[in-house]
Amino acid sequence: MGEVLVITSGKGGVGKTTTAANIGTALSLLGKKVVIVDADIGLRNLDVVMGLENRIVYDIVDVTQGICRLKQALIKDKRYDGLYLLPAAQTKDKTAIQPKQMLALSKRLKEEFDYILIDCPAGIEQGFKNAIAGADKAIVVTAPEISAVRDADRIIGLLEANEIYNPKLIVNKVRIDMVKKGDMMDIDDMIDILAIELLGVIPDDQSIVISTNRGEPAVTDENSLAGRAFKNIAERILGNEVPFLDLDVDESFFRKFARKLGFK
Amino acid sequence: MFNMFGRGNRRDHKSKEIAKERLKLVLVHDRANVSPHFLEMIKGDIVGVIKDYIEVDEKGLEITITKTKREYDDTMVPALVANIPIKRMKYREK
Ligand SMILES: Nc1ncnc2c1ncn2[C@@H]1O[C@H](COP(=O)(O)OP(=O)(O)OP(=O)(O)O)[C@@H](O)[C@H]1O
Ligand SMILES: [Mg+2]
Repeated sequence: MGEVLVITSGKGGVGKTTTAANIGTALSLLGKKVVIVDADIGLRNLDVVMGLENRIVYDIVDVTQGICRLKQALIKDKRYDGLYLLPAAQTKDKTAIQPKQMLALSKRLKEEFDYILIDCPAGIEQGFKNAIAGADKAIVVTAPEISAVRDADRIIGLLEANEIYNPKLIVNKVRIDMVKKGDMMDIDDMIDILAIELLGVIPDDQSIVISTNRGEPAVTDENSLAGRAFKNIAERILGNEVPFLDLDVDESFFRKFARKLGFK
Repeated sequence: MFNMFGRGNRRDHKSKEIAKERLKLVLVHDRANVSPHFLEMIKGDIVGVIKDYIEVDEKGLEITITKTKREYDDTMVPALVANIPIKRMKYREK
């Protein structure tokens, strides 16, 4: 029996889709059978991030409306064993699906897959309600800015009201240079204020933009720091303890260097 | 005179600290609004504690969360303000 994880944030553009694609791919590379569900009806995105846009025939609304069978809408990623995408509809809107249909769909997917990742749309309305309807657990993505953390807090409250307890936090788009200057909120302060457990920290990294251009998630790029951070998150989801990445690659190098020169 | 190096100047603080304080403050409000029961619960408990001593006008009782300036450093902090109209004191020396 699989597990349904919804990836949500409240605020738009903080990295939900990027996170879904990367964690999903990483879990499949770790031998799990995974489906990533694009619940952002009307703003289909996950297909291009995963590089599967040319393979779509049917979508999630076709499935819930009985126009096709579930199997027909699932797209198998031929590059990674055990990785599937259930695409969003592009021409319909959020009201084309109801929460109870999402719940039923999640139940069916749980019989087939180890992990079902749901890429939630921004906002707290119908699209959010659909996305969380069948979720067992939640991952809240935020960025180190007041507005994103504030929205994360609201989402945590709404998840609780919907009986999804103990969500885990991913802080994305962290800029080490700004953290060092004291111009970006500390991760510790954020988890303290939100009273939530940390699942991972992802640097703001050009390799994300490059991998998205290519349609190949960053976890498949050995040299991507963000990719490595996402892989570690996948390990943690499997219950393996992985220390948090030292994002400060340059800093520690610099410090060693400075010490040698007699500074500090 | 304008003092560029004056204490209390916001530019002296790292922007992450300013962000943290502003975030904390805004969340106090947000959280209170998310659960409408929250203030009702406090109301009920406050009345429960003082009713042995004071008869209060429960309908006129007002509890709100606002911001106030902390005296010793002028930082804004969240404050719970209760306005409790008294009908009658019950306390009598025995
Ligand atoms: N760690 C990162 N480093 C650099 N760029 C990033 C990172 N994470 C996400 N991005 C970029 O930020 C943008 C928004 O990311 P993404 O689409 O994943 O966010 P989202 O939360 O799904 O947005 P929406 O709310 O619109 O669905 C994209 O252009 C993406 O490539
Ligand atoms: Mg998205």
